[in-house]
Amino acid sequence: MNQVVTPAALRQQQSRIVVRGLRKHFIDISRREQIVALDGIDLEIGDDEFLTILGPSGCGKTTLLNIVAGFDQATSGDVRLDGEAILKPGPDRGVVFQEYALFPWLTVEQNIEFGLRERRVAKAQRRTRVRDQIASVGLSGFERRYPQELSGGMRQRVAIARALVNDPKILLLDEPFAALDAQTRTLMQQELLRVWSAARRTAIFITHNIEEAILLGDRIVVMTARPGRIKEIVTVNLPRPRDVTSADFNETRRRIGLMLESEVQATFVATQGNAVD
Amino acid sequence: MVSVVSIPARRNSWDSARIVASANLVGRRFIGPLVVLLLWHLASTLQWVDPRFVPSPLTVLHSLWIWMFGPAGAGPYSGTWFLHAGNSAYRVLIGFLAAAAAGVVIGCLIGWFKVMSDLLDPVIQIVRPIPITAWVPFAVIFFGIRDGSAFFLIALGAFFPIVVNTAAGVAATPKLLVRAARMLGIRSYMLLPRVVIPSAMPSIFTGLRLGIGLAWVLVIVAEMMAVKSGLGFAMWDAYYFLRLDIIIAAMLSVGALGFFSDLIIRFIGRWVLRWSRGL
Repeated sequence: MNQVVTPAALRQQQSRIVVRGLRKHFIDISRREQIVALDGIDLEIGDDEFLTILGPSGCGKTTLLNIVAGFDQATSGDVRLDGEAILKPGPDRGVVFQEYALFPWLTVEQNIEFGLRERRVAKAQRRTRVRDQIASVGLSGFERRYPQELSGGMRQRVAIARALVNDPKILLLDEPFAALDAQTRTLMQQELLRVWSAARRTAIFITHNIEEAILLGDRIVVMTARPGRIKEIVTVNLPRPRDVTSADFNETRRRIGLMLESEVQATFVATQGNAVD
Repeated sequence: MVSVVSIPARRNSWDSARIVASANLVGRRFIGPLVVLLLWHLASTLQWVDPRFVPSPLTVLHSLWIWMFGPAGAGPYSGTWFLHAGNSAYRVLIGFLAAAAAGVVIGCLIGWFKVMSDLLDPVIQIVRPIPITAWVPFAVIFFGIRDGSAFFLIALGAFFPIVVNTAAGVAATPKLLVRAARMLGIRSYMLLPRVVIPSAMPSIFTGLRLGIGLAWVLVIVAEMMAVKSGLGFAMWDAYYFLRLDIIIAAMLSVGALGFFSDLIIRFIGRWVLRWSRGL
């Protein structure tokens, strides 16, 4: 395997996000039973690290992201960003949603400006930051378009720009490319890596796609089927840009594939083959 | 940058094929109304029906002309149309604006705040099934035979579709958009103006269009029973003199005014909702 010098050890020392003993229960009202979505998650995410979270449907990976984002509260346990407990959502944690979640009544420019405007950033500063951000995600010329007029890939660029323009400490991405076709997806993965390495920022990226997880992540958190626990954390020591056809890449894919297979089986049995999530 | 969505520029050139196609479309759409007019004309002139009761379209048009542009003072139906139409339009405007203001504000409160919904929704649901026409005697006694009755009836009638549609639209605000806004650091009290109301705009405009339609229904009812001017009053007055030409002219006038006021709201709506084109 290629041994690339990564400052992983250094990063571990200055963790941005620290998750300790995180548990999350839901009550399923229709079945009157308690569902354990997350069962004791311990995780540290370093500065500038790109972490991917990989797991079968319904393993609680989105729940984990929602708790870090501040949309959901943990049942017990502790999540901290730079030492401070996370209580509510905020612009220091930029979220990119699978369904884009753009404001359809605002233009590309206005969508990206939204956070700055709501936090009363001065107009002149807003303008330059929005313009620079638009350029950096390759949306120049589309400032006045409405989301409705854009393709899925373009919409997700807007969503990424909308999160990044607030200069967040961490970027949270919840299966952002799952709804895109294969070609656009590959392109967006490259674009994301380019933007990420230019902006140098901690990122948590949720996916159920093994190849995507390996292509993007410094480390991959492989999760178990419900109740969601961390099965294994895989450090990816492949140089970037990563070649998906290389032997090392495929070896990693095979290893993680085996880990996931049993979990997917478990999900399948638990739901008797019904679609979940 | 690789992936660029190309949106074709709108074509402004009028080639012959397009002109023929549009002409065909317009032609087809005129056939129905023309057939109706023709049948009406024949029924009247060939005396299939008594022409005193159903005057021909030409007679109606002539009477309408006199009513609109005839010398004032030459009779009750000479030169008085604009006064009546103006009175009706004024009542519709005031009643509708009051209903729109109250309906949108209360609809937002009901749709967004659970407490408000618990407090106000039962009242609305109890009052709403009472037909607005059933309020006429009450309104006449309470407000007298004056504009107040008309304003009240119109505002009350138009209020319900506006409040119900606004509340539904507000309640249907995608949770994801609220999350996105909170993630971007919005202050809680700005959620309503910045996210919820824009997101509810399509529903609000549906309510406004239903409201303006009802406003024209109710102005006629009000003017027949609760005030002494306007197209509804003129229509009811003409009934006593068996002036079927005036009755039909007034009917057509109300229809046209209703159509145009709806057109104005649609026009505003199309501008406000320009982001949803083709949605």
